[in-house]
Amino acid sequence: MQPLLRVENLVKLYAAGRSASSKDKLTALDGVSLSIPSGETLALVGESGSGKSTLALCIACLEPPTSGSVWFEGIDAAALGENQQCLLRPQIQLVFQDPASSLNPRWTALDIVSEPFLVQGRFTKPDRAVRALQLLDLVAIPRKMAARRADELSGGQKQRLAIARALALEPKLLILDEALSALDCSVQAQISNLLLDLQSSLGLTYLFITHDFAIAAHMADQIAVMYQGRIVESGPSEKILSSPNHEATRSLMAATPRFIETPGVLVHF
Amino acid sequence: MPLLEVKNLHVSYSARSGEVCPALAGVNFDLGPGEILGVLGESGSGKSTLAAALLRLLPSNGRIQKGLVLFEGKNLLEVSPQDLRKIRGGRIGLIFQEPSSSLHPTLQIGQQVSDVLAAHEYLARRALNEKTSQLLASVFPVDAERISRSYPHELSGGQRQRVLIAQAIACGPSLVVADEPTASLDPTTQKEILQLFGTLRQKLGLAMILITHNPALLAGLADRILVLYAGRVAEIGPAAKVLSSAQHPYTAALLRCLPTDFAEGQSARKTRLPVIPGEPPDLSLHDRGCQFEPRCTERMAVCQCDEPAVNAVGELHEVSCFKFAG
Repeated sequence: MQPLLRVENLVKLYAAGRSASSKDKLTALDGVSLSIPSGETLALVGESGSGKSTLALCIACLEPPTSGSVWFEGIDAAALGENQQCLLRPQIQLVFQDPASSLNPRWTALDIVSEPFLVQGRFTKPDRAVRALQLLDLVAIPRKMAARRADELSGGQKQRLAIARALALEPKLLILDEALSALDCSVQAQISNLLLDLQSSLGLTYLFITHDFAIAAHMADQIAVMYQGRIVESGPSEKILSSPNHEATRSLMAATPRFIETPGVLVHF
Repeated sequence: MPLLEVKNLHVSYSARSGEVCPALAGVNFDLGPGEILGVLGESGSGKSTLAAALLRLLPSNGRIQKGLVLFEGKNLLEVSPQDLRKIRGGRIGLIFQEPSSSLHPTLQIGQQVSDVLAAHEYLARRALNEKTSQLLASVFPVDAERISRSYPHELSGGQRQRVLIAQAIACGPSLVVADEPTASLDPTTQKEILQLFGTLRQKLGLAMILITHNPALLAGLADRILVLYAGRVAEIGPAAKVLSSAQHPYTAALLRCLPTDFAEGQSARKTRLPVIPGEPPDLSLHDRGCQFEPRCTERMAVCQCDEPAVNAVGELHEVSCFKFAG
């Protein structure tokens, strides 16, 4: 059975010099390959500057790769024309790290989750309202908050709203770019439970980008470690966590502070 | 004698409508010289208000209603503005969360560190430069000279945070207050900064108040932990005790939220984590009773009516909860 997403040798170069004619290039992605079976979660772990967010943008067809392919359900998304990519984009949605900047603070919760319908020209006005309320139910935002502005919501509620918006167009793949990183611990637990529930009820596939190995260990079937634009190690979570090979993997694991409740000591992997 | 004694601190904010919202209520704690106190609290707990209130740095709509903040024997809430200015940066260093917005974008790093020294000490140019170099070398083991000549935008997040630390310790304070100092940093950098705090405590005998929402950061670094919930001290005690056998229902529930150690049980992967139901309270509603009661799995009838008093549950370990009322 083919994977939902297969990335093959993706390369992304950005112009790096100061002048427009400069030939200096920054290699953000240096031949990245990965695949995610439908319904599973791949955690992409790496530090800032490793290329994780660039990879997310290329997969979501928001940045054209310099070379390489992004196979989504057997179609090379990166090679499609703009019009065809527009048809594909609803299938791949993004949730970002900071809901305060990814949501318009002056829009109401209802407007925010309805926006994708408007952009894609779907449904009549009454239908949009009904579906928007159903989306709020899906992420456990009480309907009485529907008329509240985004800046009136708590951090956890904002992130739920961002997830609801991402689910509006019934995507198959959700790319979560550090979606839990800015949340308090207790809220992280609530949102990670929500994501697990949604995955199981809607059959979603997740590309879960994080720098936190503890969260990756908890949420993911597979882990891929990025370092300087390359995937240096990848495989099933158990394998990566029990016997990491690459130096980058080991150093990231060692830097993840977790503690075991008894006896209350700081543990690095 | 404790370095810092906070007694019955009450802080509130006024909304434009005139409504008063209590942000801290009855906060008590001590800090000894060279001690690291971890203040553990989530959003809305009042932890940043506490950091600001200690040095009277609240915004214009914030008010310290009552309480004492005794530092080296002086009540910081009553000292003159001139004396307070000498204490801020001089005797108490401050490190805030966003290193990018705390540094001047168009001054070189060396200049920014010298400025802190110059504000508090009378030093001749050469002595000032030497001391600046030493400070930068203490936080940048390699490359201090190059960093000194750099601008903030040329540095990484972790490097900027080190500069803030250099500024905070510049005048040899006895206490540093750090509010979420590693929040925006990568794990490797975060680990380095926490290690740097440990080293500075050892070398300089520095006391620290380390404010964070992540309990894992405090394990192995803090001597004691104070848990804040809804502006009240829920629990305070030795770090190892609070983390391994938390007594307050909120602390215990918070620690249970953390993803479990993977090695302990592979079946823990992709299972639901225990959560604290609901949300932190809206303090402007002035609800009676224990603030955690609506979300507490161990609540009793009395919890709805009164605020719990402080009870000792062990050596230097106190909890505000009716479970332990005599």
